[in-house]
Amino acid sequence: MHVLIIGNGISGVTAARHIRKNSDCRITLISAETDAFFSRTALMYIYMGHLTFQQTQPYPESFWSRNRMDRIRGYVTAIHPETRSVALADGREIGYDKLILATGSKPNKFGWPGQDLDGVQGLYSYQDLERLEAFAPNATACRRAVVVGGGLIGIELAEMLRSRDIPVTFLVRESSFWNGVLPAGESEMINTHIREHHIDLRLGTNLKEILPDANGRVRAVVTEQGETIPCNLVGLTAGVSPNIDFLRGSGINLGKGVLVNRYLETNLPDIYAVGDCAQQREPIGRRRPVEAVWYTGRMMGETVARTVCGQRTAYTPGHWFNSAKFLDIEYQTYGWVFPEHTREAHEAHFHWRHPKKHICLTLAYDRGSGTLLGVNTFGMRMRHAVLDQWLTEQRTAEYALTHLREALFDPEGYSDYRKHIQTAFRQQTLTAS
Amino acid sequence: MNPSLSLAGGPPSALNRIQRLSLFLGFAGLFILLLATFGIGFPKPGLWLALALFLILGGVLGYSLGAYSGHPAGIRNNGVWFKSLSARGIWAWGLGILLTGFYVVLYFYPQYLGLVQDGPNRGLIALFDPLSRALSGNPASQWFVYGALYTLAILAFGAKFIWKYRHNRYQLLRTLSVMFFQLAFAFLIPEIMARLNGDLPYYDLKNIWPLNYYNFERYRVNAFIGEGNLGLAMLLFGVASTLVITPVLTYFYGKRWYCSWVCGCGGLAETAGDPFRHLSDKSTFAWRVERWVIYSVLVFVVLMTTAVVYSYLGPDHSRYWLSRGELLVGVGVLLTLVFAWVMLFRRKELQKDARYGAIAYFTIILALIGFHYLSDTQHVFLFRSETLRKTYSLLIGSIFSGVIGTGFYPIFGSRVWCRFGCPMAAILGLQQRLLSRFRITTNGGQCISCGNCSAYCEMGIDVRAYAQKGRNIVRASCVGCGICSAVCPRGVLRLENGPLQNRINHRDMLLGAEVDLMDFVGEEK
Repeated sequence: MHVLIIGNGISGVTAARHIRKNSDCRITLISAETDAFFSRTALMYIYMGHLTFQQTQPYPESFWSRNRMDRIRGYVTAIHPETRSVALADGREIGYDKLILATGSKPNKFGWPGQDLDGVQGLYSYQDLERLEAFAPNATACRRAVVVGGGLIGIELAEMLRSRDIPVTFLVRESSFWNGVLPAGESEMINTHIREHHIDLRLGTNLKEILPDANGRVRAVVTEQGETIPCNLVGLTAGVSPNIDFLRGSGINLGKGVLVNRYLETNLPDIYAVGDCAQQREPIGRRRPVEAVWYTGRMMGETVARTVCGQRTAYTPGHWFNSAKFLDIEYQTYGWVFPEHTREAHEAHFHWRHPKKHICLTLAYDRGSGTLLGVNTFGMRMRHAVLDQWLTEQRTAEYALTHLREALFDPEGYSDYRKHIQTAFRQQTLTAS
Repeated sequence: MNPSLSLAGGPPSALNRIQRLSLFLGFAGLFILLLATFGIGFPKPGLWLALALFLILGGVLGYSLGAYSGHPAGIRNNGVWFKSLSARGIWAWGLGILLTGFYVVLYFYPQYLGLVQDGPNRGLIALFDPLSRALSGNPASQWFVYGALYTLAILAFGAKFIWKYRHNRYQLLRTLSVMFFQLAFAFLIPEIMARLNGDLPYYDLKNIWPLNYYNFERYRVNAFIGEGNLGLAMLLFGVASTLVITPVLTYFYGKRWYCSWVCGCGGLAETAGDPFRHLSDKSTFAWRVERWVIYSVLVFVVLMTTAVVYSYLGPDHSRYWLSRGELLVGVGVLLTLVFAWVMLFRRKELQKDARYGAIAYFTIILALIGFHYLSDTQHVFLFRSETLRKTYSLLIGSIFSGVIGTGFYPIFGSRVWCRFGCPMAAILGLQQRLLSRFRITTNGGQCISCGNCSAYCEMGIDVRAYAQKGRNIVRASCVGCGICSAVCPRGVLRLENGPLQNRINHRDMLLGAEVDLMDFVGEEK
């Protein structure tokens, strides 16, 4: 049996690894991006000079031959389910018995005038990194950069550019950073921190158009408020969407992404989709139908490997978790904590914030039963296994705070704010009752 | 290797004004030392020495101020791979050659530093005479000069390190600890003890055998015994350090209590060596070499010390409390006990090659001891003990730990000696692997495989390989510096002491989907 995997990101490679664990079949990975698998989340550290590109690769070169995984560098232009083959841009045709689509995402562009000029780019691929290095190598070549879109990639791009002393203007559509996901208190704290890093944060500001110079390079952006901001680089970081254009006309059902059932199967036999490019026909719990997250990509890769190897398995991710780092502030989330405008009536919040430092914690719990729904922490590390267990056991928020010690994962010697947090919680519940 | 992908010019590497001024001050201090080395006499050496040392200290502190002030606290490894000095560029090679040259002169040609046998010192060493006299009452030696500069480096770069990691309390405490132990135990206390009791051997109490491979040589043991209760207490402390204190502390805290909190070699690596920590080799080849070399050094030092002590012990109790026969039997019994315990209780944990290594080495030691009983010469084992001692002192004590270990900081990273050569680290490492509560816990499924932990591990451990599988890191070589945990952007790693049960775990559950999936994976193995 020949399993062909399009995409060598975390989903595709995890699938390949687990197929190899479970079977002896032939495995081929196709990528248009790079020969080796690298950690996409680490791209920023290459530009910042923390890591070399090689250091972002989790497996050494010998890994691929040792595990008998063939790699093809090429761009898939079309797939032909009827002949069970895919066509590459260079004219090659490659056959398969089972096909796994793990093609990831592409940065969103919303039809802004000038969005395809030189010096206008997203930050997703290795090629994006090369472009960034070409257009923004230092503050002399790039006298100002404008980053459009206040999400996880936007703040990373801003941090990257600041590491090379490039002045950054950060246009955020929302009234506060990432408040489509974060509750107000947390979002507010990140706003402050962004400004501490001398990033010119413009909240509630939309991009109207991007202006070219005589050579077709970006010269400035214009905001909807009418302000013109001269710049040499524009980062478009207003989210990503599934990278599936080459599948149109293949007969595979597409929505925003490749439509799959719980078993990550598409409408066509022996074709599966995992990771960023997959879209669940029926959303799982409160998860979004398209999950463009490292961890879910890894889980889907592992799940599809079982199915491909004959042990048909549903994708049943456990409790939601995620993490990020906003400049110097680490963020972890377990379970569900919703911001004000998407929160259901039964979801109550307890929020504690350190009076001076950038440390805070938000607990979401059911107003009636007190059951813990989720936890957000900033500047405070939590133990995944413990929180996962509490969510499974449906512990109350009060239980979680009383046993907070078991869940803390900060390095030894760090200040312990349990007492402050517990006191604040008691005061809040007293006032509420 | 071209670390930068740049097509249109590189990232900024220029130093700011404060940094440039500080570099000037620091080099001015070094220049005074250089002038002294080349024989320029200074009218008031004490004053000039103080000026030179304070200029160097001020230079380092000022440089740190320029580098880290004005930024919020956090991980600042920006440009590490773009700077010539920290990315094996021309400056790195230059510094490496300079340091190596210094060590060669220090160990083999101290006369060029101004050391004069049977007469007043000249040059650099003479410049340090006033400080030495103030502390111990004696003129300086090349070792005093080295000790003073070494301490200065740990203090100055320790301050820089603290500034860099000021948001991290573990790093703060650990660095204050190595600064304290260097200043007090390695530098001041032995000098002051020499003033109070000149006949006691110079003893840095935290320098434990086998790192301190000469601790039980004849002249030292005689001096200890000759100095009554205090000397005897020090001798017993030396034995107890190796046999009792070290194993107990390592059981509770891992080898980090020594290697990154107390030890002088570790102290220098963690402070002055910090800018080079990412240069350690992470390949599995390096790991293989590491295991062979470090345990060979350990065997070497055990044989050498046994031989040296054997050579001055008498056949009976007339000269020392211990006879040569008892010594050999004692060493044999101790090693056999350790060996038997490992084989009985930790067999499954050892990888195959480590087990073979253990068997081979213990066989050699026992065979050599047996050989002695069967032979009737003045030789111990196969060699003259003095030859063994001299070879060890030259190859391991000087060339490995000094010239290569520190001289090559800018090329091979800061822990070459600790990783490949230190017999103390070898003993502590074996114990850390087999009998200790210490581990680095991996936080469930939060790893994003970015590679920061592996890159900044000074011991060359591929931390990510464990973290991305959700496995705890239990490795003999880990010195517990905590930098992997500090640079992790997702809060995945934590240094912990905990129960031995489930220390080496496989928490696959959180990596993948639900528990039932993982039951399946469990069955696969």
